[in-house]
Amino acid sequence: MTSTKLAIVPAHNEAEAIASTVAAIARWAPDFDVLVIDDGSTDATAERARATGAEVLRLPFNLGIGGAMQSGYIYASEHGYQVAVQVDGDGQHDPRHIHELLAQLEGTSGLNMVTGSRFLGPQEGGYRSSAVRRVGIRIFSRLLSRITGQPVTDPTSGFRMTDRRGIELFAHDYPRDYPEVEAIVLMHTHRLRSRELPVVMAPRRTGVSTISSTQSVYYMAKVLLAIFVALFRTQPVREAREVSPTSVEQML
Amino acid sequence: MSLPLAIALQRIEVMVAAILICVAILELVRRRHLMERYALLWLLAGVVVGVLAIWRGLLTTVSGWVGIYYPPAALFAAGFVFVLLMLLHFSIVVSRLSDQNRILAQRVALQQQQLEREGEGAKEQQPSGELAPRQ
Repeated sequence: MTSTKLAIVPAHNEAEAIASTVAAIARWAPDFDVLVIDDGSTDATAERARATGAEVLRLPFNLGIGGAMQSGYIYASEHGYQVAVQVDGDGQHDPRHIHELLAQLEGTSGLNMVTGSRFLGPQEGGYRSSAVRRVGIRIFSRLLSRITGQPVTDPTSGFRMTDRRGIELFAHDYPRDYPEVEAIVLMHTHRLRSRELPVVMAPRRTGVSTISSTQSVYYMAKVLLAIFVALFRTQPVREAREVSPTSVEQML
Repeated sequence: MSLPLAIALQRIEVMVAAILICVAILELVRRRHLMERYALLWLLAGVVVGVLAIWRGLLTTVSGWVGIYYPPAALFAAGFVFVLLMLLHFSIVVSRLSDQNRILAQRVALQQQQLEREGEGAKEQQPSGELAPRQ
């Protein structure tokens, strides 16, 4: 470990894009260590990532974005990182924004997470998504804004940076299948504060999105259920060192 | 064949079925194909079938208590509820298993990475010789 800041790069069959993603992080955020999570890829993702000099966590089979990201947060927690940023392996998240996120996170006292939002700033980035997804994003945006009491414009953005408390929370407990939306609720129930910052995201060039159009409806129903249940979960404010029911440390 | 004889034969058939179920379950446990905790529920089902076969009036009495006038309907209802509960039970078990599976996969990846790190560290410490990387 050479840094206290870690970029977690989840990648599933991103052999084409992974090297340029890691190179872009190294160029625009050289003070960040890079950890690539190879989520059970069947192509050369892990080899290409290793060749760039990044650390690689190779999951023995595909866990999905939630399980993959959580392993990154466990790594960050156990290696004492103070800041972790998620940068998707497909090159969708522009590492040029990392330092804007960092400045916001470190410059605001009591802030635990900063999310890069596609919908806050000028709409020049050319990020497009299907109609179903746009409707879904709007519904979640309204719902989460109501729940957290502050505007949440881009609830499905995975481009987010957390501080040490966020890292420890997510290492203990992180949503499974489509984690971004639920993670905001999780942050809120643990009284951690988050904020959004405008970013520009590129449309994905290679690989397959974790959510296809046909899965969008399932995604919405599943996440709505998760949010609904999370609201009724009588969860006391758990500090980082305490143990959650699905804790990893329990298994050791 | 007289009616009482037919009914008696039927009861024997049901009892044989109940015994076969119990024997099959016990055999699965003996061969370690089935864990005791899951065998118990299936044994209970077998025993209930057996008791109903031996104790003639029981099904009629019980269905009378709950206000079902057609005893076989009570049997189907009870069976259906039993199967539903079993399925729910298995859903819970599968959820727990996949959660444990996820934790194991994460641990394997983390430890593999750590081993590779340590391996590289050991290589670097070796005195320069055949194993040293050539530039």
